[in-house]
Amino acid sequence: MSGLVREGWLGFREFVGTFGAFQMFFFRLLPYLPKALLRPRLIIEQIYSIGVLSLVLIMFGGFFVGMVLALQSYSTLVEFGSADSLGAFAAEALVRELGPVVASLLFAGRACSAVASEVGLMRATEQISALELMAVDPIEHIIVPRFIAGVISVPLLAAIFSTIGMLGAYLVGVHLLGVDSGAFWSNIQVRVDMYEDVASGILKSFVFGVSASFMAVFEGYYAAPTAAGVSQAATRTVVIGSVWILLIDFILTGFMLPGV
Amino acid sequence: MHQARAIDLGVGLFILLGIGSVLFLLMQTMGLTGFISGNTYRLQARFDHVGDLKIRAPVAMAGVTIGRVAKITVDPIDFRALVEMQISLKYDYLPIDSDASIASSGLLGGKYVELQPGGDLEVLKDQDEIEFTQSAILLENLIGKYMLGGAKE
Repeated sequence: MSGLVREGWLGFREFVGTFGAFQMFFFRLLPYLPKALLRPRLIIEQIYSIGVLSLVLIMFGGFFVGMVLALQSYSTLVEFGSADSLGAFAAEALVRELGPVVASLLFAGRACSAVASEVGLMRATEQISALELMAVDPIEHIIVPRFIAGVISVPLLAAIFSTIGMLGAYLVGVHLLGVDSGAFWSNIQVRVDMYEDVASGILKSFVFGVSASFMAVFEGYYAAPTAAGVSQAATRTVVIGSVWILLIDFILTGFMLPGV
Repeated sequence: MHQARAIDLGVGLFILLGIGSVLFLLMQTMGLTGFISGNTYRLQARFDHVGDLKIRAPVAMAGVTIGRVAKITVDPIDFRALVEMQISLKYDYLPIDSDASIASSGLLGGKYVELQPGGDLEVLKDQDEIEFTQSAILLENLIGKYMLGGAKE
């Protein structure tokens, strides 16, 4: 019995320790952020490998989420005789919730896992130590460009996801199900609010971008320098990163929703 | 160098696409809120009951949106709902005896203010009050009246 308590205590201590290391690493990154902007080359290369290469997946995802959303909501809306508000329904769901959250989850699976295993492998093959030996700061040259690239990419990807999703909903709603095209767009204009919906969605995706990218560089940087350690870092990035995204989403939505 | 240029091109396209998407989303939502900050004038109307009329609900005449609801308060003197509306300056020819009613768009749609033009030659100006108003029709009250037989009278 005392062994069990001991195990639990050790686990708890490790959890709190990891959480502490998480904060410390974040504060270690902060002073590098302005400096890193002086080296746009590194950031651009990272935006390419984590943002641009995620684009196809994000667009594909957005298109199909939009189409399914239109199909699903149509059958309910048509029962109440308000199929015209299909556009507003799909647009609000996409802009407020699905765009930021699904795009970030896809991003965590597609790009953050790659970043974590790349950095972890650099650690395992002692490339990070080699940089340190040459007096090159690995945080400045490896970690921060990847972090900034992620923070820049996610809001853009989420906006693209929502836009493509709306086009998908338009395609299914108007061309397949026969909703009036004018009603589709005018309902979006009336119902979707610039600050409450669009701006809050962009803010959300920005916060998700920070948390997912930070998770990736943190897990990669502190990965155990073994094959198992690298794979564990990639797995933890996706699992814990996704859990964080969902958790933060709930909290942010609670704060942003008017009248709750 | 060749590869670097391909990367630049990809990143440039990506950023442009992203900014384009943000602009698209903003355009979609600004369509009607746009002219609130533009040239508008204010009108007031007093209603016995506004139902669930909300701020930024459309103000329409003959089905055309000509403005937005800016403020809803309770008048401290006669305890009626005081609704302030911003009307686009394009529509500066509303007759002074127009009447305002609260209508709903569809069974589940939101409430909006519908203006019926009057016949007077004088027109409504900034800060004017619309005299003739009709309250929101509350479905609950109608049902209640019907059940208690009040509708027969």
